[in-house]
Amino acid sequence: MNAIRRTTLKAAGAAFLLASGLLQPLRALAAGWNKAAFASKTPADALKNLGASGTLESKDILIEAPQIAENGLVVPIEIMSNVPNTKSIAVIIEKNPFPLVAQFDFMEGALPFLKINVKMGESSWVRVVAEAGGKHYTAAKEIKVTIGGCGG
Amino acid sequence: MADPMKIRATLNGDTADVRVLMGHPMETGQRKGPDGKIVPMHFIQNVEVKLNGKTVIEGQISQAVSRNPVFSFRVKGAKAGDKIEISWLDNKGDKNRTETAIA
Repeated sequence: MNAIRRTTLKAAGAAFLLASGLLQPLRALAAGWNKAAFASKTPADALKNLGASGTLESKDILIEAPQIAENGLVVPIEIMSNVPNTKSIAVIIEKNPFPLVAQFDFMEGALPFLKINVKMGESSWVRVVAEAGGKHYTAAKEIKVTIGGCGG
Repeated sequence: MADPMKIRATLNGDTADVRVLMGHPMETGQRKGPDGKIVPMHFIQNVEVKLNGKTVIEGQISQAVSRNPVFSFRVKGAKAGDKIEISWLDNKGDKNRTETAIA
C-alpha cells in the first residue's frame, strides 16, 4: 500500500518537474509568436491568422525594394506606412513556402518604418499589410529573383 | 552561445535612426548540410526595441529573414544620449541583447 503510494507520488513529482521544465519556454514563445500565422502556407491563410480580413489597397504604404534581386538569400526591403496611426506592419512574400516573414508593432513614438533583409525562393509579389484604427491597408510590389534563396 | 550584435543609433532632427545587426544563422529547416542531412530550423522569432527602458517596437519574424539579420528602425521624439536597447529571442530559447546611447 505504502510502496504503491510512494511510487505514485514519485511519478507525479517527475511528471510535474518535466512539465514545468519543458512547458515554460514553450509558453513564453507561444505568448509572443503567432505560430498559426507564420505556419500558414498561403498568403490568404496568413492574412486570416493575422486577423486581417477585408484589406483596403493603399497608396500610402511605400515599399522600396530592387525590381530584380540577383541573390534571393538577401533581398533588402524598406517599408514606410504613411497611413495615419499605423500600429503594425506585416510583410508577406506570396510565393515563399511560408509567406509571412515579419510582423512588427510600433508604439510610443516609433515610426511605422522598417528595413529588413529577407530570403525569397523565387520571383514573387511582396505584400505589406498595415493596421491602423482597426482597419487593414495593403500595398504590394513585385520582385524578380535570379537565384532563389531557399535551398543550397 | 549567441553571436555578437552591432548597434548604431544616430539622431536625425528629432528622429533616431537605429541600425542593428544580429549574428544568427537563421536556418530555414530546408537546407542540407555537408553530411546531406537537413539542418534543423534555428531562427530568431522575437525582436524588441526599447527607448530609455520603454518598449517602442515589438517584432515577430520567421525563418525567411536573411542570415545575420540587419534591421533599421526610426524612433521619433528621441534625444541625444537617450538609451536604445535591442534584444532577440530564437526558437531554441537562445537570446541576446545590446544597447547604445543615441549619438
